[in-house]
Amino acid sequence: MEDKKQPLFSPTNLKLLTKPLGKNNPITVQVLGICSALAVTVKLEPAFVMAVSVTIVVALSNLFISLLRTTIPPRIRMIVQLMIVAFLVIIVDQILQAFVYDISKKLSIFVGLIITNCIVMGRLEAFAMANKPWQSFLDGLGNGAGYGVILLIVAFFRELIGSGTLWGYQVVPQEFYDAGYVNNGMFILPPMALIIVGVIIWIQRARNKELVEKN
Amino acid sequence: MENLLNIFVSSIFIDNMIFAYFLGMCSYLAISKTVKTSVGLGLVVMFVLVITVPINYLIDNYLLKKGALTWISQDLADINLSFLSFIMFIAVIASITQLVEMIVEKYTPTLYNALGIFLPLIAVHCAIMGGSLFMQEREYANITEATVFAFGSGIGWLIAIVGIAAIREKVRYSNIPAPLRGLGIAFIMTGLMAIGFMSFMGIKL
Repeated sequence: MEDKKQPLFSPTNLKLLTKPLGKNNPITVQVLGICSALAVTVKLEPAFVMAVSVTIVVALSNLFISLLRTTIPPRIRMIVQLMIVAFLVIIVDQILQAFVYDISKKLSIFVGLIITNCIVMGRLEAFAMANKPWQSFLDGLGNGAGYGVILLIVAFFRELIGSGTLWGYQVVPQEFYDAGYVNNGMFILPPMALIIVGVIIWIQRARNKELVEKN
Repeated sequence: MENLLNIFVSSIFIDNMIFAYFLGMCSYLAISKTVKTSVGLGLVVMFVLVITVPINYLIDNYLLKKGALTWISQDLADINLSFLSFIMFIAVIASITQLVEMIVEKYTPTLYNALGIFLPLIAVHCAIMGGSLFMQEREYANITEATVFAFGSGIGWLIAIVGIAAIREKVRYSNIPAPLRGLGIAFIMTGLMAIGFMSFMGIKL
């Protein structure tokens, strides 16, 4: 795929960006980064902040590792990768604490857990170690966005059904509550996040026959 | 003593790493196809948690926290190095896993052959890092409490992965709708197990 005269946004490069949004989604197809995906999706706002943070970390760590890929000795590459990722996550964490303190408190340990997020390590190992910086950067952006899309879908349903709000604003009108409508508290609790992701996978695979597993 | 028992029980059942916080889901879903391998992975996770959490507790309390450096000199009481905790914790975890791998390889080759492939992966295991970060966030009073918490979380993780592996072994013979096979049904089953575990909520000893 390496062609030096290739323009920055050639079709192959664009594919790196768009594929993780659908057929090669990090969460539903590659099974990476589920840990944090589910815990921060009670409300849309923290989910969005988390998605942006992960995207930044994946894209930049992919870029840096790809720049260093020929100089890292293979035996200690894991530690080098972890250090670069940890460094980026510390910066993201400090920025979050400085500008959106409330959300940073809500995300609690899950910002720190971006370090061990399988998406980051998975993409570093699978892509950045073998590809050029620009492609790696795009791959990171694409995978971060693919992760973010799932996060936002899950958070949308959990917030809408669980609290009747979207992004903190009341969406379900008061008349509904007067008529006896009740928020489904189950959706705020952890198990529903798992079940929603299960259903998303189901829908995606029902539309995309080649993703179906043999058992 | 009562306090320790309380931490132990709640870290296994109520604050279960998988069912309440989804930590370590990646390997949980990837490795849980057979009971045998999942027991191995569960034991390694528990083992590494019990080693790394107390070490990180000491680092956090004697190096990083605000006022932690007073054992060197009173002038350092204002220094707060907590922003370094991520990098310190991950460095400890990565080096401990390397060390454990080497020790296990040298002294018990049989165990190494059983667990070998999982050991390097543990460095990037969310549950291990999560254990250390929860330890920091919950501010346990002493190192015994932190160790008990680590042990309990490890057992909780072990129970979760062995449980799902046993179910997945049986489910293989069921007639599931094709798009739901594998990953999809594993998610939904985990959700149902988590609902079951929620019934432990509110237990206090």
